[in-house]
Amino acid sequence: MHKIARELVVNHVKDMIIESTKTLDKSIVDSLFLAKDQEENPLAKSVLEKIIKNQEIAKTEDIPLCQDTGIVVCFVEVGRDLHFDYDLRHAINEGVSKGYIEGFLRKSIVSHPLKRVNTQDNTPAVIHFDFISGKQLIIHLAPKGGGSENMSTLKMLSPADGRQGIIDFVLKSIKDAGGKPCPPLIVGVGIGGNFEYVAELAKKAIFRPLSDVSPIMEDRLLEEELLEKINALDVGPMGLGGKTTALAVKVNSAACHIASLPVAVNLQCHSARKSEVILIGTQA
Amino acid sequence: MERKLNTPISDPVRKSLCAGEEVLISGTIYTARDAAHRLMVESIENKQALPFDFEGQIIYYVGPTPAKTGQAIGSCGPTSSYRMDRYSPSLMEKGLKVMIGKGERTEPLREVIQAQEAVYLIAIGGIGALLSKTVVSSEIIAYDELGPEAIRKLSVKDFPAIVAIDSKGQSIFK
Ligand code: SF4
Repeated sequence: MHKIARELVVNHVKDMIIESTKTLDKSIVDSLFLAKDQEENPLAKSVLEKIIKNQEIAKTEDIPLCQDTGIVVCFVEVGRDLHFDYDLRHAINEGVSKGYIEGFLRKSIVSHPLKRVNTQDNTPAVIHFDFISGKQLIIHLAPKGGGSENMSTLKMLSPADGRQGIIDFVLKSIKDAGGKPCPPLIVGVGIGGNFEYVAELAKKAIFRPLSDVSPIMEDRLLEEELLEKINALDVGPMGLGGKTTALAVKVNSAACHIASLPVAVNLQCHSARKSEVILIGTQA
Repeated sequence: MERKLNTPISDPVRKSLCAGEEVLISGTIYTARDAAHRLMVESIENKQALPFDFEGQIIYYVGPTPAKTGQAIGSCGPTSSYRMDRYSPSLMEKGLKVMIGKGERTEPLREVIQAQEAVYLIAIGGIGALLSKTVVSSEIIAYDELGPEAIRKLSVKDFPAIVAIDSKGQSIFK
């Protein structure tokens, strides 16, 4: 039996939140530089230059990249050999609370969708648990912005709509969203599963590394085709036109019912903040 | 080259702005987002006083992160403007002529902007750290209880924005 101290979880979550809201992953910065060099639209170039400058200021001056420091989403993988004598969900939320208060981050969570009273510490986080073998605890975490989340979409297509139906739906979602989700985007697409699972697939897709390509041939071809077609829409950075609407498209698929073809599109803005930690249990 | 704008913005200056133009704003701007808009519209409906006089002023849709000691403000980029579309016509009737936010507005709102000869500017979303460097001072003047959504009076120097819908109703968005 293996254990991981509660304090360790709390502190790691806190640190990941503070760090990720101020630093953009190098792969995204590199991709923004590349996009800026390739843009021919002067306004698009100017927007990309400012986005690049912004992440430099955020990092060097310790200021959040964006004022919307998001709702925290966690995908937690729990090793089967681990034993917890505390509530892991509580520990993660305590880390979230500490991160937002000590990190001077914006508290954007209200306790009820209609009563709308701020919880004052950005809890609760949205936490998904899964089991893996071994004694590791892996926490994938993203402070996810509301603007891009609001433009995400889901539709239960008919199997006859097929691949073209998926492409049409994704393109329509991006076009309708325009500048509102703060493009350039990372587009997470879920296909298959059922109503709630397809949304989770799309959300998980935005957690994939920028350079990652799907190991499934059908999904990989869809990723390539969608990226090309999305960037031909002329939405551009902040919706002002240009060829940089998406930096990447990730497709995640799952088995589904004979009657269904669920599709979900989760949009991640250019402020694509995320972090990951692997904690290893010690023999108790 | 960006065009320099000083607040308050006079009628001729406002009407001379063209969609697509990049500007640098200096002077006073007021912040307000969803909750503050709802309260201001309630005040108008109940014939109560507004937190400030809209004449020649700018409202910026933002909810900043908390400032650390030594900072005027935290990260302070724009929030999506379409959520304000149901409130903005009432404010424009009370004299508001310049708004800053991000993203498209609905077609009916574009028509109101044109009818009122108002102007909608956009700031770039997600660059709150960079924009915070243009804020010289910040003071809460209303709705303190709303936290990040309180109305702040900001003093800015060379705040970068782009004219998205001009007073003739021309829009930069496709
Ligand atoms: S969509 Fe993203 S970049 Fe834009 S304001 Fe929201 S969190 Fe910031």
